[in-house]
Amino acid sequence: MISNITLFIGIMLMYSTPLVFAALGGVITERAGVTNLGIEGMMSLGAFVGAAAAYSTGNPWIGFAAAGLVGGVVAFFHAFASITCRADQTISGIAINMIGPGLALFLCRLMYDGATMTHPITNKIPKIFGSTLKGALGNLNVDVTVVIALIFAILIWFLLYKTKWGLHIRAVGEHPAAADTMGINVFRTRYVCTVASGVLAGFGGGAMTLAIISQFNPTAISGQGFIALAAVIFGKWTPHGAYGACLLFGGAQALTVILGGGAFAIPSEILAMLPYVLTIVILILFVGRSAAPKASGVPYEKGAR
Amino acid sequence: MNKAEYILRKPFVKTLIAIVLGFLVAGIILVIAGYPPIESLKALFDGVFSSSKHLSNVIIKSTPLIMIGIGVAFAFKTGLFNIGAEGQFIIGCAAAVVVGIECDFHPVIQIPLVLLAGAVAGGLYGGFIGLLKARFGIHEVLTSIMMNWIALYFSNWVCNLDRYHKPDTLGTYTVNKSGYTKVLSEWKMTSEGKETLLESEFLTNTLLKTDVNIGIIVAIILAAIVSFLLFRTAKGYELRAVGFNKFAAEFAGINVNKNILHSMLISGAICGLAAALYITGNSPHSIATLSAFENYGFNGLSVCLIAASSPIGCIFAGLLFGGLIYGGQSMQYAVGAPSELINIVIGIIVFFVALTHVIPILFAKFSKGGKKHDK
Repeated sequence: MISNITLFIGIMLMYSTPLVFAALGGVITERAGVTNLGIEGMMSLGAFVGAAAAYSTGNPWIGFAAAGLVGGVVAFFHAFASITCRADQTISGIAINMIGPGLALFLCRLMYDGATMTHPITNKIPKIFGSTLKGALGNLNVDVTVVIALIFAILIWFLLYKTKWGLHIRAVGEHPAAADTMGINVFRTRYVCTVASGVLAGFGGGAMTLAIISQFNPTAISGQGFIALAAVIFGKWTPHGAYGACLLFGGAQALTVILGGGAFAIPSEILAMLPYVLTIVILILFVGRSAAPKASGVPYEKGAR
Repeated sequence: MNKAEYILRKPFVKTLIAIVLGFLVAGIILVIAGYPPIESLKALFDGVFSSSKHLSNVIIKSTPLIMIGIGVAFAFKTGLFNIGAEGQFIIGCAAAVVVGIECDFHPVIQIPLVLLAGAVAGGLYGGFIGLLKARFGIHEVLTSIMMNWIALYFSNWVCNLDRYHKPDTLGTYTVNKSGYTKVLSEWKMTSEGKETLLESEFLTNTLLKTDVNIGIIVAIILAAIVSFLLFRTAKGYELRAVGFNKFAAEFAGINVNKNILHSMLISGAICGLAAALYITGNSPHSIATLSAFENYGFNGLSVCLIAASSPIGCIFAGLLFGGLIYGGQSMQYAVGAPSELINIVIGIIVFFVALTHVIPILFAKFSKGGKKHDK
């Protein structure tokens, strides 16, 4: 029983971690007024670049940093389009979702002789208690990225609600014109937040390929970016809410794994629906009406009414 | 505003510029990756235009994309982002397969029945998203994402039921032949039909070698109907009014929630109809276990965006998309450039579509020079 509970917690944390990174990124950029629908694409590229860099250097942390870097670069294009050019952010995001996985697979085929997966990396991101712990407690021996994700969540919560910058970010997302008159640089704030969201999405992709599956393949990132996006809305655009939504999601996944292993006569496909059905039910019962930051998705134009 | 600027402001011209820029970037990527750009792009075009068989296949491949594009565009006009098209398509496929296997009537009844099954399933599935939005205010993107996954696993569940699962395969049995929407599907397999068709090279290449079906005709009619509904009827006006400004619409006495629900119902039904036509018109006429999304819905979204949400525009955007995907395979075959390049090209086209409104502004800036009050 104890081992089942720890197993549940372990799997929950494992599944939710890539989502947490990506969702935190989504929170930051949406709070600054830029919708980032391209999380999925940024995660895919981060997942590939992270795995490739870790494989060629032998160091997973270099891979992790590279994953964040590439996510940030892609996000810069999104920022340029949506902030400087005032493009439709939805369209730009969808474009990144097409380019990201396409580019990841394209590069993968070029670098690995036409194969759609990278070689498995030799050094994964370490576990928090090293590699010796076994048994019931061993289930709780999670990847270091789990802890990093939690630290990020706390930091971003602190940043958004307890610092001047956080107030600036939220002001820019709610009413950019008012923020502008107060001397806040709307464009710069939005650029920083959008690029930061790309870095976090890249980390999310890296956390997947460097800590969980140890190589990149075409289904490494399949929909996690969208689930992270859902977590942002579910968590009502707050870092703690998004973190909780990701945990809930990971928890539902863990439940399906544990129930699937037991003697229950439920078809595996029906079980697999559980996290998604659960999310909708919770939305209907407890969460309800969701209101995005007022200026989210609206380009800012000086002097516009 | 001078003439050049006026031309640059036309949506069609803007899209064309985006497409040219997309190919330009593709060429640059090919050069960096070490493939001959001109030859690669030539292989791509040959893969589409070199024979009537290819052209026919492109049209067939494009049909579902066109229809999903129209479906997504419909919701867009009401200000709803139907990212759930993927799920509505999957559910439509599953419903069409189940009804297509269970029922076996004369084609006159069977075909409409199967198509209706797909449309109703997709419609209810999309309508549920609309209902949650209208009744509980839950963001449609959020529910759509969840519903997509539920659809995927539901489809897999149907696929693995003993009743439908074809032993030793990953898929189901095929739907009954009476439901096929292929043109002359029975006759062209008889020896008499083969002989007649072989006399003409064109007919051999199209009818005999590909799954020519009625889908594209339905898609074109649909585009016309949807255009008419949106722009020429009171209902369409209401739907668009909600999309433009729902508060103003409500003030004018339009029931916003009802229109949100209707919009998602119809959008979903169009995606479901696309699915049913896809099942009945294309081999293998069955569904298979999905390990990941096949991206029909997401690609339909891109089609809609390239077409700037115009139902008629979706026909051309869909053909472009289908042509690129189909031609991309030839490109990979001829010069070895990975066909994923096509996804990048389409992504870049979509990206530039988002940016094209900047072009006339830039043009005006440069052509005006220093004169600020020039008209």
